[in-house]
Amino acid sequence: MDQYLDTTDADWFKPRLMGVMVVISAAFVVLIVRLLYLQVIEGAEYQRLSAINSIRLQSVDAPRGLIYDRNGRLLVDNRPAFDLSIIPKDAKPVGQTLTMLSRHTRIPLVELEGQLAKYRGRASYKPVPLKSDIGRDLLAAVEVHRFELPGIRVDVRPRRNYLVERSATHALGYLGEISEDELASDVCEDCRGGDYVGKTGLERALEGHMRGKRGGRQVEVNAAGQVVRVLKTVDALPGKNIFLTIDAELQAVAEAQLVGKAGAVVAVDPTNGEILCMASSPTFDQNIFITGVSREAWQQLSSDPYRPFENKAVQAEYPPASTYKIITAIAGLEEGVIDENTTYDCPGHLRFGNRTFRCWRRAGHGTVDVNKALAESCDVFFYHVGTELGIDRLAWYAKACGLGSPTGVGLYPEGRGLVPTAAWKKKRVGVSWQRGETLSVAIGQGYNLTTPIQLAMLTAAVANGGDRLQPSLVKSIKTAEGHLVTQAQRKLVGHLPVNPTNLDLVKHGLWTVVNHTKGTAYKARIEGLEMCGKTGTAQVIGRKPGVNISEEDLAQHLKPHAWFVGYAPAIDPKIAVAVIVENGEHGSSAAAPVVSAVIRHYLLGPVPEVEEGAGVVAAVDAAGATERSN
Amino acid sequence: MFDRRLVQYFDWGLLGLTSLIAAMGLVALYSAVTAGGPAAERVLFVKQLIWYGVGLAAMIVTFVFSYKSFERWGHMIYLGSVGLLVAVIFFGKYVGGAKRWIALGPASIQPSELAKVAVIIILARVYAKMATTSGFNLRDLVTPAILVLIPFGLIVQQPDLGTAMVVALIAASMTLFVKIQNRTLLTMAIGCGCALPLAWLFALKEYQKQRVLTFLDPERDPLGHGYHIIQSKIAIGSGMFTGKGFLKGTQNTLNFLPEQHTDFIFSVLAEEWGMLGALGLILVFLLILAWGLNIAYGCRDPFGTILCVGVVAMIFWQVFINIGMVMGLLPVVGVTLPFISYGGSSIITMMIGVGILMNVSMRRFLFEQ
Repeated sequence: MDQYLDTTDADWFKPRLMGVMVVISAAFVVLIVRLLYLQVIEGAEYQRLSAINSIRLQSVDAPRGLIYDRNGRLLVDNRPAFDLSIIPKDAKPVGQTLTMLSRHTRIPLVELEGQLAKYRGRASYKPVPLKSDIGRDLLAAVEVHRFELPGIRVDVRPRRNYLVERSATHALGYLGEISEDELASDVCEDCRGGDYVGKTGLERALEGHMRGKRGGRQVEVNAAGQVVRVLKTVDALPGKNIFLTIDAELQAVAEAQLVGKAGAVVAVDPTNGEILCMASSPTFDQNIFITGVSREAWQQLSSDPYRPFENKAVQAEYPPASTYKIITAIAGLEEGVIDENTTYDCPGHLRFGNRTFRCWRRAGHGTVDVNKALAESCDVFFYHVGTELGIDRLAWYAKACGLGSPTGVGLYPEGRGLVPTAAWKKKRVGVSWQRGETLSVAIGQGYNLTTPIQLAMLTAAVANGGDRLQPSLVKSIKTAEGHLVTQAQRKLVGHLPVNPTNLDLVKHGLWTVVNHTKGTAYKARIEGLEMCGKTGTAQVIGRKPGVNISEEDLAQHLKPHAWFVGYAPAIDPKIAVAVIVENGEHGSSAAAPVVSAVIRHYLLGPVPEVEEGAGVVAAVDAAGATERSN
Repeated sequence: MFDRRLVQYFDWGLLGLTSLIAAMGLVALYSAVTAGGPAAERVLFVKQLIWYGVGLAAMIVTFVFSYKSFERWGHMIYLGSVGLLVAVIFFGKYVGGAKRWIALGPASIQPSELAKVAVIIILARVYAKMATTSGFNLRDLVTPAILVLIPFGLIVQQPDLGTAMVVALIAASMTLFVKIQNRTLLTMAIGCGCALPLAWLFALKEYQKQRVLTFLDPERDPLGHGYHIIQSKIAIGSGMFTGKGFLKGTQNTLNFLPEQHTDFIFSVLAEEWGMLGALGLILVFLLILAWGLNIAYGCRDPFGTILCVGVVAMIFWQVFINIGMVMGLLPVVGVTLPFISYGGSSIITMMIGVGILMNVSMRRFLFEQ
């Protein structure tokens, strides 16, 4: 019975349906009252506001974060730029306004009309850019004749400004107008067409930090498009400031060394992995991407055979040449193929199968142990070590030393280099590994490829006793108000595959390279400082047996690349440097003096200019053919 | 099998009202996509005509079979709809940061729209069985809550907060209509009253709070929603009594209105047709809602009644939220104006809703047999 009474039937719902109708009617009354309020009571005011579309948005660009060097020296900032634009709707008659503008500013009328034509079909209350970065003279001209120029606007926008021209260009990178693809992707949330975003280098890598947040104003304008009052303002949030690990002075020293050459210098603090300088030559002025670049200048830059846009320090891959002997020595010692006392005889060549592998020193080195082999860069010694090891064991050590993979410095793109193995060759070339090829690899030739930064990090790891560190370019990031956002940390990525005793043997070899009269880089030694290092001379063309090309006949671009990697002081090293000079011929003569100059500046301070210049020339002159290593 | 009385009792009045509102919607859409906008948008008008054709077919299919079969098949419709929402997660396409659509050849469907109808049917089925005059207590509400929360959660994650909110409002309206015990209602109100401030203080992060505040008060976002609402108010207000005339709305032609063919289409209509047009549209909506309630009134079985109330709730909430939003009364949420806004899934869903009302209407006299 209870159950029966409790069930609902159609009639039970009827009063509830009436209730629903009442609620709905009440809600609609609210809507109708609001509509009457807007259209009848406030109608005339809204009519006025709509007649001239007087409420508009103006965007305010956020200043991009600044870039400082490690000592707080400003490298990149923003300068105010004045952009001229027209709002066609306010500029009526447009033709007359443009004529007046052309008369006052001397910008050709055709150019102005061309700009307007480019934006045809766009909503007429939106500004059309006429000329960007007009300079203060034109700004004054426009401001003076303001009332003859309705609808003409001058906006002040921050523009990127690279203060030290042509310095650290590649590490810093440059800005460019955002592309369609970047707009579609998630480079940044509130990007718009026409925005500038980082295209290369740190400008690209740190886009998220350096880009601020755009602000804006809601304004009411009069019929001539002039702001009558500001209704609402949202402040732009400036981007974060970057403090680099780079030392601007050291950077300048390195770049001075590379003037007129193609190549790269990477210096790193072996105690923490901080990059002290990163130079790539030839270079260019990034400001051209901001102010506009002429067609000829662009063509000249982009067709330059020495590839000025390439960051050779991280992108370019070269055979490591004799610098690789550090790895062959480590592998040989660790695998027990050689020890401190192992000696081979170097008659100047090694017969292997039906081929003859020559040592760079035709006369031979006589009896050679590992120390002398490193110091005088004896090829034959390392041919023997390589043969005993075999390619795959050697490759394992190369990889464990950090070759063949990017260092993770954070610049894009970074080369990974190449560590050849038997399996790799089979897969990529389709031919089995020839045992003779192991000999080339053991002295850093053959398929071997490394980037300068990889060798700099390897050198740093040798210098600091075996800690492989991730290189860093950013020391700290701070907000515009100076609050710390991130601070670089020493980041250990691994250890060199070598025990301390063997590493000391290798380090002693590297010491002998510079500090023994017979060492290949004796001429590059620094007075009052013990530097260690290794020369390298990378063949650009493969050596063909039986074909002998004399050095003089080689065209400039076929000359070997010069390498030098080094660190100092010998005890408790503070700096490690890798240098490549393309077609520089000999590591000892072309690259080692560059390393010396950088190290000397860093550890001993600036040298009086005259002496330094003379010193370099002397070193180059003194380094004859006999001084070259393989 | 086919009863001639079905034709006799066919609800021509509702069809007439639906045609009237569809015509008003097409006129407003024509303005929105023709004047000022890029040429590519003009094709939307033709597409909307096609959607109305599809919607008409969906409506016919909906009323051909007795709504009694919805009760029988309600759980299958519900499962199918949830299945589609799950499919969005795997096969959906991203548009503007949200994954709401499934591509079907040249068109794409929005399963969250159809989910509204599925929720209406499943709740009507459950409530018709368990409704008592004393109302629901908390334990009774567990099953319906789960049935609603599954599609609700799936729609929230897309994310499509507007549609999710409409689903929740439909469910709440239907539940309140069937009756909740006073004591239970009080408990729930107190529970929410306590939970909200606690969530505000402890669960929400600062940026989430900012987002909620901006949602409640668009003026806090003067460069985004706040600006849109100002422009929308200018458009509506400047229409005054008779409007600026067909295709003559300046706010519309100069593209001052955001999403003028979807969420802000009421502003276009109010600018060009003034108070006469805007009030006319609101009154036609009111008439349709009253018509739907009248059908519920005449229906003799609880399922049919509750079903009609669900459809009425769906249309009501979307109309109220959308028009309230563009007039600056309510927060900015992406809810379309039924029959008027551009959008295939929206049109088809609304036409299915009309089909359900017609279905119940034309079978009210058959029930006794």
